[in-house]
Amino acid sequence: MKAKVFVTLKQGVLDPQGKAIHTVVELLGFEPIRDIRQGKFFEIYLDGTLSVSEAEEMVKKIANEVLANPVIEEYKVEIETL
Amino acid sequence: MKYGVIVFPGSNCDHDAYHVISKLVGQPVDFIWHKETDLSKYDAVILPGGFSYGDYLRAGALARFSPVMKSVRKFAEEGRFVLGICNGFQILCEAGLLPGVLIRNKNLHFICKHVKIRVETNNTPFTSDIEPGKVLSIPIAHAEGNYFCDNELLKELEANDQIVFRYCDDDGRITEEANPNGSISNIAGICNSSRNVLGMMPHPERACEEILGSTDGRDIFRSLTNSIEKRLKDGR
Repeated sequence: MKAKVFVTLKQGVLDPQGKAIHTVVELLGFEPIRDIRQGKFFEIYLDGTLSVSEAEEMVKKIANEVLANPVIEEYKVEIETL
Repeated sequence: MKYGVIVFPGSNCDHDAYHVISKLVGQPVDFIWHKETDLSKYDAVILPGGFSYGDYLRAGALARFSPVMKSVRKFAEEGRFVLGICNGFQILCEAGLLPGVLIRNKNLHFICKHVKIRVETNNTPFTSDIEPGKVLSIPIAHAEGNYFCDNELLKELEANDQIVFRYCDDDGRITEEANPNGSISNIAGICNSSRNVLGMMPHPERACEEILGSTDGRDIFRSLTNSIEKRLKDGR
């Protein structure tokens, strides 16, 4: 089983890295692009002994305690059975 | 009295802090490896600057889980003094010992230069001997020093007098031009609501000797040392 965790900045939190990427992408001629926000993506490989709901619960805890800082970030968890 | 300087893997201002406490402040000080858990003999601990755990994930995000941090939390709850400088400030925020978070500098640059900060309050053990409004010249050296919190928390910090330092110009004016990193409300340092935990991005330990360009950092270490003495005298 594999968990995918997407960590993104909350709306309203400044993302200077996303802005810099946006500038470069526009320089390359790609348009129209309204905004680019940078985030983080994690793959967590789990032992098959957990049920999907157990895995989801655990990975949400990991995301909340470690992977994301809830002051500025939010996360989304997806569980994939391989 | 005894100071401790906590050493995380990747700390790199630990020796500077140790040097200032031992040679200039003239007080006993130990290095404390991050796997230690007994802080009982210390009156104040410093979380120094650097790049703990290589700044992986987010600055301070992994160091907050070092074994010593549980003890630092207890230490703070006991009313003893915790000073986080630069990466130490980031760790204290990640650990929830201070509110808010430090994000990427607005202009993305790693900024390393002397800046002016205004002392906003002397109602902390770290600034008790400094006249409020005094402008200090202290260097910063960081890429993630942009203090961020929501408006509600900002109001709370202001109402509780928890904003200890603000970036300012030479005359002590709080202006946008004087804000090096985009910090909300020009915040350079804050304390917790109990006032015994301080986090600041500028490096006072790098501003304690003439040859380094400023001795203003001494004001902070002098205040802290006097506060420890007072606390010991009060038998706490």
